[in-house]
Amino acid sequence: MAEAVDYKYIGTSPVRPDGVDKVTGRAQFAADQNMPNTLYGKILRSPHAHANIKSVDVSKALAMEGVYAAVSGADFPGGARGKVGGEGGGDIGDVARNIMARDKALYHGHAVAAVAATSLTIADAALAMIDVEYETLAPVLDVVAAMAADSPLLDATNFTKNLPETPDKPSNIASVTVLTRGNVDEGFEQADVTVEGEYHIPMAHQGYIEPHACTATVNEEGKATVWCSTQGHFEFRSMTSKILDWKVGDLKFIPAEIGGGFGGKTTVYLEPVAVLLSKLAGRPVKMMMSREEVFRATGPTSGSVCRVKVGAKKDGTITAAKAWLAYEAGAFAGAPIGPGAMAIFAPYVLENFHVEAHDVLVNKPKVAAYRAPGAPQSMHAMEIALDDIAREIGMDPLDLRLKNAASEGTRAPYGPKFPAIGFKECLEAAKAHPNYTAPVPEGAGRGVAAGFWFNIGMQSSAEVRINEDGTVIIMEGNPDIGGSRASMCLMAAETLGVDYERVKAYIGDTESTGFCNVTGGSRTTFATGMAVVQACEDIIAQCKARAAATWGVDEDQVEWEDGQAIPAPGVNADVTPMSLADVMASAHKTGGPLLGRASLNASGAGASFSVNFVDLMVDKETGKVDVLAFTAIQDAGTAIHPAYVEGQMQGGAAQGLGWALNEEYIYDADGVMENAGFLDYRVPVASDLPMIDCQIIEVPNPRHPYGVRGVGETPIVAPLAAAANAVRAATGVRINDLPLSPPNILAAIDSD
Amino acid sequence: MGEFAYVAPATVADTVAVLEEHASAGKRAQVLAGGTDLLVQLRGSDNEPRTIVDIKQLDETNRLDIGADEIFIGAAIASAVLYENEELKALLPGLLESSDLIGSTQIQGRCTIGGNLCNSSPAADTTPAIIVDSGVCVIATNSGTRELPAEDFCTGVGTNVLAPGEFLLGLKFPRPGAGTSDAYLRFIPRTEMDIAVVGVAVNVTLDDTGTCTAARVAIGAVAPTPLMVPAAADALIGTQVDDDALAAAGVRCTEASSPISDKRGTAEYRRKVVAVLCRRAGAIARDRAMGVS
Amino acid sequence: MSKVHVQTTINGEAVEYLCEPQQSFLDVLREDLLKQGTKEGCATGDCGACSVLLDGRLVCACLMLGVEAEGRTLTTIEGIASDDGLHPIQQKFLEHAALQCGICTPGFIVATKALLDKNPNPDETTIRYWLAGNLCRCTGYDKIVRAVQAAAEELAQEA
Ligand SMILES: Cc1cc2nc3c(=O)[nH]c(=O)nc-3n(C[C@H](O)[C@H](O)[C@H](O)COP(=O)(O)OP(=O)(O)OC[C@H]3O[C@@H](n4cnc5c(N)ncnc54)[C@H](O)[C@@H]3O)c2cc1C
Ligand code: FES
Ligand code: FES
Repeated sequence: MAEAVDYKYIGTSPVRPDGVDKVTGRAQFAADQNMPNTLYGKILRSPHAHANIKSVDVSKALAMEGVYAAVSGADFPGGARGKVGGEGGGDIGDVARNIMARDKALYHGHAVAAVAATSLTIADAALAMIDVEYETLAPVLDVVAAMAADSPLLDATNFTKNLPETPDKPSNIASVTVLTRGNVDEGFEQADVTVEGEYHIPMAHQGYIEPHACTATVNEEGKATVWCSTQGHFEFRSMTSKILDWKVGDLKFIPAEIGGGFGGKTTVYLEPVAVLLSKLAGRPVKMMMSREEVFRATGPTSGSVCRVKVGAKKDGTITAAKAWLAYEAGAFAGAPIGPGAMAIFAPYVLENFHVEAHDVLVNKPKVAAYRAPGAPQSMHAMEIALDDIAREIGMDPLDLRLKNAASEGTRAPYGPKFPAIGFKECLEAAKAHPNYTAPVPEGAGRGVAAGFWFNIGMQSSAEVRINEDGTVIIMEGNPDIGGSRASMCLMAAETLGVDYERVKAYIGDTESTGFCNVTGGSRTTFATGMAVVQACEDIIAQCKARAAATWGVDEDQVEWEDGQAIPAPGVNADVTPMSLADVMASAHKTGGPLLGRASLNASGAGASFSVNFVDLMVDKETGKVDVLAFTAIQDAGTAIHPAYVEGQMQGGAAQGLGWALNEEYIYDADGVMENAGFLDYRVPVASDLPMIDCQIIEVPNPRHPYGVRGVGETPIVAPLAAAANAVRAATGVRINDLPLSPPNILAAIDSD
Repeated sequence: MGEFAYVAPATVADTVAVLEEHASAGKRAQVLAGGTDLLVQLRGSDNEPRTIVDIKQLDETNRLDIGADEIFIGAAIASAVLYENEELKALLPGLLESSDLIGSTQIQGRCTIGGNLCNSSPAADTTPAIIVDSGVCVIATNSGTRELPAEDFCTGVGTNVLAPGEFLLGLKFPRPGAGTSDAYLRFIPRTEMDIAVVGVAVNVTLDDTGTCTAARVAIGAVAPTPLMVPAAADALIGTQVDDDALAAAGVRCTEASSPISDKRGTAEYRRKVVAVLCRRAGAIARDRAMGVS
Repeated sequence: MSKVHVQTTINGEAVEYLCEPQQSFLDVLREDLLKQGTKEGCATGDCGACSVLLDGRLVCACLMLGVEAEGRTLTTIEGIASDDGLHPIQQKFLEHAALQCGICTPGFIVATKALLDKNPNPDETTIRYWLAGNLCRCTGYDKIVRAVQAAAEELAQEA
């Protein structure tokens, strides 16, 4: 396996194959799909955060001129149960009730009915004609209060899962996860210092710029074709099939170019509704969410309360750590408590720890995956606690982490031993980084934090086809959110030994390529990349066999070098090497066109670690934070396309900083989100950020042919605590909660 | 869905006539300047039918006059156009800064200070600056025009003195003499693209000795309307606009505010920050008036 | 409701259409004229994905009525490249990996065109403030700012 090797294509950053279409406006995103005769579909949403739905009457809407279909929960089959694949998970029955409420509206913005009409104006007017009778209930909005025995219940049939004994009373706690090792009490006894705190983080949204959109058309045979913005069209097909009780074979999903997802487009919202409306209307139906709908009704990530206690010796050795986590699931079970619990202590060697995590129902939108789901919340708490310990024992925060850093052979808190990982390398690189050795600017504060994400493998398929001129077509099934086509082409070029320009990658629909799990879990370059490499190896094997047959030698007497079959050293030197084009030229005599295939269930995704540090200035009279410099260091395994690896690191840093500083779901007492737009849901704008300096560390993943780890998710983890630690350094005040917004900072400074 | 209509009358009189006709028929008509508030409102919950009356094609609303005594800024002139006028920028730097703070480059290409005032949001950025620069609203009516000091224009959150049939033609300002200048500062959590959490405008006139002979202070986003704070001005008049005077003026601003807590900030926060911004804006206006850049 | 007849110029071509009075120019572009390179991220002026040039000035197509295009000259992303190929701004966005998902890219390119037309040599701060109305959630802006700087240099050399 991969040592640090000199590659010809891997490690370069060429222009992506889909680039020209994306800078000219030609690329087709989901809302750009147009078919003759298309109707516009729109959704009516609950004005209440918590209510029984007594009745829904769509008949007046249906009677309107220009309205062709109207549906409500009653028009969907009864809730199928079963797991939804991919990141985030959840129960398909829950997904079904999330996209169209049945007997209960569980958050403000919950879908209760939908119409299809000839124009957007008519569709809007039709929504106003739908009669819904609600019986309002008290909303449950606070995660800790929701856990109390006397809290109003979202779901009277929910009994907490994973408790030692089956509870006899229903509760808003959907499940509990416990992770433990050693003896924490003894561990804390060995500690010279302990820090303890409670840390609050609000819900935050992925904030992709493209709202959800799709077009569905169902023909007279009952076969549907759906164009949509998705991170995984195979999973969208499967969810839609279960939610509508349709055969998978009757559904074809075509992934459009996707305008960002970050995990939020791993689950369906519109697609089953559009299929049903199209079936009833007999015409194509196009649905596009407004930005407000995106905020109110699509998955944010969990708000959280974390209580953490960490003990350490004077020399920095961590002796014990304990965490209690409560994550908001939103209206249906499925907060990322598993990853949150498994990630919190993952970067460190720890003999004694105990984590207890709770998945809690509240009257807010059902959470969806968001970049390293669950890790930013819990690790924010731990990385702040470490900062406080470092200060108490007078140790550099990087040295404290180095002292305890996990490395190859360390048993991860969640079980397995780490293979080669690059955490120590990241920490050493941070210590040596010129941005770290440079003094902190006058009046500013510097904060350090580490990040971690597991990364996943899962199922992928790829085909590689060779054209008669020897150019290469890759067909795979993972929507390209951030340049993955370029990475596939680079790995194929490297494996086949052909120029990058001669390789093109395409994302097939559900009927033109084999199954692939979602683009998520940082798995695409790792797992689908592995499938592409294997499909290329399949091509090489076929070429060698054909060259052998042509030359009349044994297959093991042929080698593949620089894109051509050549005789092995010492073998019959009297033949001309055969390139891909040469093999294709004689393909009619040697067995037909070249087509390589691979499908796999990839294991061995490599954990990825990061270290970030940030310099901030705080205006002590207004509480305003100014980000002066940000440095991100991360182990990528091997950076296939370094510019896009940096892009992941920079984008994740910006999202993490946004969440740390100003992003939050703000609710009123009735459970109505008050800031459902980009004016008041404050994602960072260009002038809020400095350049984001990146250093890519390459400790190859032994389980990937080119050493790839995932890189997409880890970058969002560390900025939360790095920012909090920098504010602590700049102001002398420790603020445990996010966001570090001006009012919160000023209140903390003034009450200090 | 009922009637939406769009009209772009050719003259001021026609515009007033259209507005009046609608008013007397009990129909809704709404003036369109840059549309950066209006179109957002149309997209939102306020989508009941109406006639949209564009005023951007009128000569008078596009007039920009910098006279010896008076400056006139037509109600259809986009902020970006204003900001490109170097002479105006030198004369009323605070007003132009406030107008340049509205939204993004894209918003700047369309939005107007007239629209900002007529939308009558308590957080409107230009209104405090208009007030401290002694802006006068020139209002078209069926009998010609009427004039009104800007500080008397807004009557509540989203409401103002315009009667049915009236619209704002533009704003008039006395041309500032030597020793007079203004400044506007607002607080937002990001660097751009936010609505003011607090805004403060200050205009001061200094004599040769640096003593303040006249001052106006106005605050935004801390009361139902942008507010003149005469007590803060009094704290500056007769002083050298030094730190103590500025601090005193800041305290007056805090006292004059009656903010609410909302998604953009707490009442407590606003009360504190209005004093801070008053000090800082006052210092900038003072330095400008003294010719220190 | 009755539609309004509009005559306008888009990317140098005379264009006529009928639109509803309350329809935004963005809706007209995307749903009626099928010029879909201009994107919608919010429809309320907050994201800049719909950036177009109106008589050379940068505006949000979502905050302009379709009827307001009457007699005006508009440039959309489809009008940025020329017969000779990509505009240097487009080329630099590609070379600098300044796009990830690409949904914000047309808006950024149109906004950058407006900037460099007005100010051929902007510093980093100027670039960042000019582009503050264009949201990008993928890149953290770093590579976008670098691409704009590189495009400015390239254009300066061409000039
Ligand atoms: C993304 C975004 C960011 C923004 N940021 C800011 C900000 O930072 N600060 C800020 O203060 N505002 C901000 N705004 C709000 C808005 O841009 C400003 O209020 C702007 O000045 C409005 O001007 P306009 O010409 O676009 O008004 P329009 O939308 O045309 O009109 C606004 C209101 O005033 C009425 N009106 C307009 N002109 C007249 C007239 N001449 N006579 C009578 N009535 C009239 C209209 O009928 C309407 O009710 C922002 C808006 C957006 C979309
Ligand atoms: S779509 Fe126009 S600014 Fe977002
Ligand atoms: S590249 Fe995705 S939003 Fe900018």
